[in-house]
Amino acid sequence: MPDPLLSVHDLACARGERLLFKGMGFGLEQGQLLLVQGGNGQGKTSLLRLLTGLARPEAGEVRWRGESIRRVSEAYHAEMCYLGHANGVKDDLNPVENLRFADGLHGRAFDQKRAVDTLERLGLSRCLDLPCRVLSFGQRRRVALAALLLAGATLWILDEPLTGLDVHAVALMEGLIRDHLKAGGMVVATTHQALNLEGVTVQRLLVGNVAIPDLA
Amino acid sequence: MHRFLLAVLRRDLTLAARRRGDWLIAQFFFVMVASLFPLGVGPEPEMLARIGPGVLWVAATLASLLSLSRLFADDHHDGSLEHMVLSPEPTVLLVLGKSIAHWLIYGIPVLLIAPVLGIQFNLSWDAILVLELSLLLGTPILSLLGGVGAALTLGLRGGGVLLTLLILPLYVPALIFGAGAVDGVMTGTGAEAHLSLLGAFMMLSLMIAPWIAAAALRVSLE
Repeated sequence: MPDPLLSVHDLACARGERLLFKGMGFGLEQGQLLLVQGGNGQGKTSLLRLLTGLARPEAGEVRWRGESIRRVSEAYHAEMCYLGHANGVKDDLNPVENLRFADGLHGRAFDQKRAVDTLERLGLSRCLDLPCRVLSFGQRRRVALAALLLAGATLWILDEPLTGLDVHAVALMEGLIRDHLKAGGMVVATTHQALNLEGVTVQRLLVGNVAIPDLA
Repeated sequence: MHRFLLAVLRRDLTLAARRRGDWLIAQFFFVMVASLFPLGVGPEPEMLARIGPGVLWVAATLASLLSLSRLFADDHHDGSLEHMVLSPEPTVLLVLGKSIAHWLIYGIPVLLIAPVLGIQFNLSWDAILVLELSLLLGTPILSLLGGVGAALTLGLRGGGVLLTLLILPLYVPALIFGAGAVDGVMTGTGAEAHLSLLGAFMMLSLMIAPWIAAAALRVSLE
C-alpha cells in the first residue's frame, strides 16, 4: 500500500530537556481533516511546526507523497500553507498589498480582482485602503485567512485559526474548511473552540496526556 | 529565482518607504558621529585630514549596525518571516535579497553623504573619490556579514548589543582595507592594493555569508 499523501512516522519532539511526545504516527489523505487536540503546553504548536518543516524532529520524519519533507521541501512548501499564532501581516501595508507581496514571494501571479473579492468575502470591504496597523486583531486575522485562501495550497496547517474571530467569521471559516476538504484539500488544525463540521470525517489526535472533552 | 529575489527586494523597499524614520536614524547617526570628532580633537586641517578616512569608515560601520538589528526582527515579530522561509524558494535567496535591500536602504545614502563629510574633514578630491570607491566595495560587506549576525541573534533578549559584539570583529578587515585605501592615496603609496583586497573580501562575503545566515536563520526559527 502506498504512503498517504502526508504521513508521519515515529515522530518525537523535545523542547529543551523535556520530551513532549514520541512514537507518533498518522497518515492523512486528500479530503481529510486532522484535529490536533491537547491541553496548553502539550506540544500542539510544536507538532504543527514539525509538520511545516520549520522545526526538526528529535526522531522520526514527516513525509509528503512518500518522500521526507527535508528532501522535497521546495515542492512541499509550494503545496502547503501555514497559519501560525502570528498572522504574517505587515502593519505598514494595506490588506491588498499584503496579499500582493505574499503572492510575489510564493512565485504566483497576483490577481488584483481575485484578492479584492476574497477580502470582501471575508468582510473586509471597508478596510481595503487602510494600513493593517489600524485594523483590529480579528480583522488582521481575516487578512491572514485571505492569504491562506489565495495560496491555493493543498495542505492547510492551521494553528488556532479561530483566535480573535467573531461568530460570523467562525461560521465562515467552518464553511471554508468544508469547501477546501470537498475540493480535495487537507487540513491539519488545532483549536480549543467547538467546530461545526457536518459531513466531514474528523480524525482526532491527542497530544500529551491530558484528556479533554469532545469538542466538534 | 530572480523573480523571488526581486519580490523580496520590492517588499523590503516598500516597507522602508513606509517607515522612513527607521533608516533615517542610521544616516543621522552616521553624520553625528563623524561630526563629533572635529569638535573633540580640534579643528586643525592636517589633523582632520589624517584621521578623516578612519573616522568616516568607523562611523559608517556603526551606522550599519544600528539598522541591522531589525533586518529580520520585525518580520519575525509579525510572523511574516516564517511565511517567507516557508516559500518554495531557498532561504539563501531570501537572506541575499534582504541583505541587498539593506544595502540599498543603508549603503546608498552613506555613499551620498560621505563626500560631504569628506569635505568637512579637509580630504582632497582624490581622497574623496577613493573613499567613495572603498565604501562602494565595503558597505555591501557590512550588509552581508551583518545579515549573519542578525540571523544569529534573532529572538534573543538584548540581541542588538550581542549583534554588535558578534559582528564588529568580522568588520575589521573591511575597516582596515577601506580606511587604508584612502590613507594610501593621501600618502602616495596608492590605493589599488587595498581596493583589490576589499573587492575580494566583498566577493567572498557575497558567496559565503548568505549560506551561513540562512542556516543561522533556520536555527533561530526552531
